[in-house]
Amino acid sequence: MFYREAGQYKTSYEADSAKFPIRQDKWFIWFYLAIAFIAIPYFGGQFFLDAIMIPFLVFALAAVGLNILTGYTGQISLGTGAFMGVGAYACYKMTLAFPDVNIIVFIIASGIFSAIIGAFFGLPSLRIKGFYLVVTTLAAQFFLEWAFIRIPWLYNYNPSGAIEVPQREAFGVIVTGASASSEVRYLVVLSVVVIMTWFASNIISGRIGRSWMMIRDMDIAAELMGVRPLYAKLSAFAVSSFYCGVAGALMVFIWQGAAEVEVFDYNRSFQILFMIILGGLGSLLGCFLGAAVIFIFPIIIHNILPPIWAIITPWTMSSSQADLVAAVMIGVLIVTFLIMEPHGLARLWAIMKQKLRVWPFPY
Amino acid sequence: MELFKLIFIEPFEVMAALPDLLLQTLWEGFVSGILYSLIALGFVLIFKASGVFNFAQGIMVVFAALTLVGIHAMGVPPFLALILTLGVMALLALTVVKLVMKPLVNQPDIILFMSTIGITFILIAGGQLIFGGEPKAMITTELGLPTGSSDWEVGGGIVIFQHIDIAAAVIAALLIAGLALFFNKTKTGRALRAVADDHQAALSVGISLEYIWVVVWFAAGVVALTAGILWAAKSDVSFALQVVALKALPVLVLGGFTSIPGAIVGGLIIGIGEKLFDLYWGVPILGGSTESWFAFIIALLFLLYRPEGLFGEKHIERI
Amino acid sequence: MNAHDPHLSTKFDDGIAPGEELLHVDNISLSFGGVKAITDISFNVLKGEIRAIIGPNGAGKTSMLNVINGFYHPQEGSITFRGEKRTKMKPYEAATSGISRTFQNVALFAGMSTLDNIMAGRTLKMHKNFFWQMWRHGPALQEEIEHRKVVEEIIEFLEIEAIRKEPVGTLPYGLQKRVELGRALAAEPDLLLLDEPMAGMNLEEKEDMSRFIIDVNQQYGTTIALIEHDMGVVMDLADRVIVLDYGKKIGDGLPEDVQANQDVIDAYLGVSH
Repeated sequence: MFYREAGQYKTSYEADSAKFPIRQDKWFIWFYLAIAFIAIPYFGGQFFLDAIMIPFLVFALAAVGLNILTGYTGQISLGTGAFMGVGAYACYKMTLAFPDVNIIVFIIASGIFSAIIGAFFGLPSLRIKGFYLVVTTLAAQFFLEWAFIRIPWLYNYNPSGAIEVPQREAFGVIVTGASASSEVRYLVVLSVVVIMTWFASNIISGRIGRSWMMIRDMDIAAELMGVRPLYAKLSAFAVSSFYCGVAGALMVFIWQGAAEVEVFDYNRSFQILFMIILGGLGSLLGCFLGAAVIFIFPIIIHNILPPIWAIITPWTMSSSQADLVAAVMIGVLIVTFLIMEPHGLARLWAIMKQKLRVWPFPY
Repeated sequence: MELFKLIFIEPFEVMAALPDLLLQTLWEGFVSGILYSLIALGFVLIFKASGVFNFAQGIMVVFAALTLVGIHAMGVPPFLALILTLGVMALLALTVVKLVMKPLVNQPDIILFMSTIGITFILIAGGQLIFGGEPKAMITTELGLPTGSSDWEVGGGIVIFQHIDIAAAVIAALLIAGLALFFNKTKTGRALRAVADDHQAALSVGISLEYIWVVVWFAAGVVALTAGILWAAKSDVSFALQVVALKALPVLVLGGFTSIPGAIVGGLIIGIGEKLFDLYWGVPILGGSTESWFAFIIALLFLLYRPEGLFGEKHIERI
Repeated sequence: MNAHDPHLSTKFDDGIAPGEELLHVDNISLSFGGVKAITDISFNVLKGEIRAIIGPNGAGKTSMLNVINGFYHPQEGSITFRGEKRTKMKPYEAATSGISRTFQNVALFAGMSTLDNIMAGRTLKMHKNFFWQMWRHGPALQEEIEHRKVVEEIIEFLEIEAIRKEPVGTLPYGLQKRVELGRALAAEPDLLLLDEPMAGMNLEEKEDMSRFIIDVNQQYGTTIALIEHDMGVVMDLADRVIVLDYGKKIGDGLPEDVQANQDVIDAYLGVSH
């Protein structure tokens, strides 16, 4: 009843093309941001920030990256994990070379390396479509994974083959390494994710985003309307990989603190792909919803299923079995969503909002 | 200059100096190439009949082999276990078609493709849940597959032929011949080719699409089981095989998505190519283990040059 | 509709006076493998006219349009557009030089709204770079709003205000065709190619569409080349008509001359070759 737009008139095209045309939505966004920036770090507690919020935000950012490519431009990619890896290794090498520079600068700059490599592996997309891209992006995935192992320079010749994040500062505050506080790391991730998501939504609603969607919906017509496939596709690959690269750098530097190649393997690529399928292809909100479900759901199952199972059946279940059950459920969830609602959670959300708009008098 | 020598001269010197090593590598490449072809064949069958790019084909290989070993471990005699496994693959085909493919009819290809990724996940996790995640030995001798090896002397060295590899080549050839016969000589085979040609027209002469789909998914399951047995006889049944099975994708790119001869030739090129490359170029220059990406990079380069594959027809776009 | 609108009228000044040659197609031959789609066709389109291309199914009409806007590359012959001769060009180059079109089977961007589809037609007119777009507020938004105004004029002109924000995939066929015309118009083309703009429409929709085509031609002075099967429509709309059959040109001239041409009558009634 309170979610009503009656009496809100738009008197300019600017107001009409605003991202949140309904006034209540605008308030909600500021409200959510206030919760995220103030309430969660204040009340959240270390476990909640470290184990839930930081990884969730990192995955949401990677999902935004993949959604730009797959959801908005219609190019499938199974190389997300590797592109995240490029960002992480680039950030690592840069901060080793220049320890005194603000680490956030390097986290953002690492996206540039991913973008270059992503655009390179996007080159075949100019001549091929659809499933063939599965193969070329898997080529990126496997080749880069191999490179992360075989080029010891990338992990600074560590005998373990892993990259270990050194202590680094930004604006005089310790941001990475063991002595960085959860609150600081959370706020860094949150700021980067919010700003980059805002940029993404701006690009998508403008000319460049439209040219991506034109390519996605009808590439021939797009070309006849003057979209150059070269620019549109490669820019989508580059921007997408940029986001994934930053997400990868955040994952290692802010969340995990150390990483081996396995965290960038092709399972990571699938995980991110599932997030955007479930959340909604071509929806930024969907990236966040999908990341939340795909990341948090298995954690819940992991913790609550074994005790429940022990109560209702005479057998015991290990937590690794619970993980497998969660994986099966996610697979089923993906297939179910593709059948029932291919536009994902974001569409369900939109339908709910539409209902709310006219509630309680739908006719 | 040093690099030039490493790339263009030394590998060939080694080849000439040790012909037995070269022959051994060629043979091993040939055998794994045949297995790639088999996996790729499963993709082609489903793609031709329903236009679905079945990402789950690789995991079906693992799942089929696991089921066989798992059923046998319960004390079932090997050949009965084989028949029961075929039954499981038939059930899988029926379930997938009824619950996933049918409701998704007329959806965009990308949605169908993603649904097969979902199936992949269900099979990976479900397989581990039922059979456990640790590698298991294939019941090679129980199924009457040979295990010894023969030597052949060449130019001062010996080339070893594992009997299981010879059996693999023969069985794969028989299976492909059998499938070809099935497609060309039976009524179902004809219906299948009709569906591959034109869905609408096939429907209009009374061919049941659903039935055809179940048949091809089952045929792909049989191919997967065969590939699984043969591959696992060489190593073990484990989920790592799934990554190997993904190499069927570059094979498809080389051969074209709809061509069975293409799948075979493509498989051999990839199988032999990656072994040769790793031994003569990968190890000396790049530090080895190039087999993980060689096939994909070759496919990528090939796509830039000839997107329609070796045997595919050039596609004329219409608007 | 304001004929003196500052945005939409600027395009008329392309240095070619009405009645002069805008497009000249010279000895075009096109084949796919061994199949000849077009054999040695020449014709021209004059500035400001409505030129119709007619012919039985499979006569090569759509292939001809595809050649003109660079989607197919003919093996022989050349195309001169606005005095520039070209043999091989990419579709986006055709778009840049001022050729815009609609499609036989509606080729809208199905996942986008009516508004976005027509905005898509303005792609070539928008230039703010990536970093401005990223920031949005400021020059990029300004540009967006400027073009939105033009698009709103087109929406008003085509009487599709009510479906402005609908996703085009859900619209009825007749409206989709109208949106597609709007999208082509948004590019402010010098030459507008319409591939069967009235296919599958009922009489009333055809009348509407005919009115829009005539209005576009008269108000904006846009030169139009169209393919159409409905002879009544063609005879009423077109200034001149070309007739194709089996990839060859069998007639060219004023509608009434073409109508009287014996070859054309034979082609339509089916005389054995």
